[in-house]
Amino acid sequence: MSWLPVYPLIIPVMTAVLSYLFRNSPAGRWISVVGTVALLLASSMLMSEVLEEGVVVAQMSNWAAPFGITLAADLLGGVMVVITAITGLATVIYSLSEIPARLERLGFHALLQTLLFGVCGAFLTGDLFNLYVWFEVMLISSFGLLVLGGSREQLDGGIKYVTLNLVSTIMFLSGIALLYGVTGTLNMADLHLAVREVEDTGLLTTIAIMFLVAFGVKAALFPLFFWLPASYHTPPVAVSAIFAGLLTKVGVYALIRTFTLIFDQDVGYTHTIMLWMAVITMVTGVLGAAAMNDFRRILSFHIISQIGYMVLGLALYTPLGLMGAVFYLVHHIIVKANLFFVAGVAKRIAGSTDLSRIGGLYAHAPLLAFLFLIPAFSLAGFPPLSGFWAKYVVVKAALDLEMWVVAALSLAVGLLTIFSMTKIWGAAFWPDHPDGIKPRLSSLPIGDRVALMLPIVALAALTCIIGLFPEPFVQFAERAAQQLLDPTDYVTTVLGVRP
Amino acid sequence: MQSLILTTATRLLVALLLVFSVYALLRGHNLPGGGFIGGLIGATAFILYTIATSVREAQAALRVDPANVAMLGVGVAGLAGLASGFVNEPFLTGQWLFLFAEDGGKGLPLSTVLMFDIGVYMAVFGGILTLVFALEQEI
Repeated sequence: MSWLPVYPLIIPVMTAVLSYLFRNSPAGRWISVVGTVALLLASSMLMSEVLEEGVVVAQMSNWAAPFGITLAADLLGGVMVVITAITGLATVIYSLSEIPARLERLGFHALLQTLLFGVCGAFLTGDLFNLYVWFEVMLISSFGLLVLGGSREQLDGGIKYVTLNLVSTIMFLSGIALLYGVTGTLNMADLHLAVREVEDTGLLTTIAIMFLVAFGVKAALFPLFFWLPASYHTPPVAVSAIFAGLLTKVGVYALIRTFTLIFDQDVGYTHTIMLWMAVITMVTGVLGAAAMNDFRRILSFHIISQIGYMVLGLALYTPLGLMGAVFYLVHHIIVKANLFFVAGVAKRIAGSTDLSRIGGLYAHAPLLAFLFLIPAFSLAGFPPLSGFWAKYVVVKAALDLEMWVVAALSLAVGLLTIFSMTKIWGAAFWPDHPDGIKPRLSSLPIGDRVALMLPIVALAALTCIIGLFPEPFVQFAERAAQQLLDPTDYVTTVLGVRP
Repeated sequence: MQSLILTTATRLLVALLLVFSVYALLRGHNLPGGGFIGGLIGATAFILYTIATSVREAQAALRVDPANVAMLGVGVAGLAGLASGFVNEPFLTGQWLFLFAEDGGKGLPLSTVLMFDIGVYMAVFGGILTLVFALEQEI
């Protein structure tokens, strides 16, 4: 029985409370910073415990599983919480400069902390209904962040976002109800055993597809992704960045969790559907990106295309494929949030995110250009950056199964990713600014410059470290994939039948 | 619209509703009731007052920002959950203190469960009133 999985939940909640009560003074934002640092420490402690001891479990209120709510951290859950904390910290620091005092007084930091609370909860919970509750926490706080400030464009994006996510929620809830009716339990470890007793496997497959649709909306899979490009470019950049980094990835995480732990009955059927959804997601996402002409919109479509790779890794359902999915998940969160941060700085110094209205960033802000190249090349899969290894593993897994079409398409998507990155490069960085502005970083006050550039530099450094020294990360992803494919350890630890 | 009947009745009802909400909160441990419904009843008192008078007067009567009450409630509930950490039990495990307990009896039972419920009461009360005040102000 451990308290470690509790800290990543209680810290953001208390930080949210305190930063809301002090929202009218500068103390509020510093509480938010300190709280997120504490979250990073707590999640690192949890991670090291998971690495040493295996799955770490906490039973809320001392109710034994499967009756109470269980928090369980395995390797995947643990690393996701750490990445959440890293992204959260980067976002909080970035927002010190970007978010105006007006939004802080409306409770920006409290909403951001509540979002982190929801995301950490989703990664740590061992109960399906509890997962639904975390999704709601995330949905409400992210809706708040999305419309905070209340411009017409934001409300437009926000309504689409919330409507489609509610559809997903209803689907998820119906799936949960059916699953409970069939098995009589909602504890995920218990479900792993219970679904093996179910005779009506057809109904089980139907439920699996309901979950696939529900999480598919959250993860922005084809054909359920419309809400994402409609909303992600409207809020402040710090908000877009944390959304882009974390929210869709919670959907992918939920897919990985449920489709390895619970729905592994009819892999031939469910995972084949998932496979083609993933492939079409990759292709449509990147084509959408190629058609866009706004910095943040291009990046939004790239999220969709990259989600395809992750789900592809899961759909292949081999140790190598899952390892690729885990590796991709971690790499993508860092890279994507960073690209949005860069877009934000470009907007700040060049005045817009519309590619036809900015320029000159290479000539006047070479540091920013360099820092754009790292995540951009990593996203496209250039060696030796982190994205190369992520793509390499997934494509290799597809080739091992002799799925030539899938492998060829994912390589082609990589090529098109480079195309749209060069489009950003060719419009925002290379030519002169159309209005003759010289976008310099030195035009920003020193405090702003530190707050904006520090997260970008740190995340870019992280990308380079993963890329240059992939060995420990690959080994880690391999262990995590093994744990997912053989959840005996997870199940026995949660249900308390320890050796 | 000012209605004499409503204004007069409100004076009586607000007090009654507030007392009733605390009763529902305290009763909730073993019987129907609890923090959530108690918070709703408490909020109803101020909503009635808002309809009978105005948002501004209701806010003045409440004295504090309901949003702060809601957030404090979340904090109180969280602290109630943390209390079990001091006796090395899992998060949210109920801790009991039986005041003036004589042998056999339970005396006055105080618990972190009640504290959690008070947190829920505050969160619901503050949350609902924040919404209602915001909606009423638009008109």
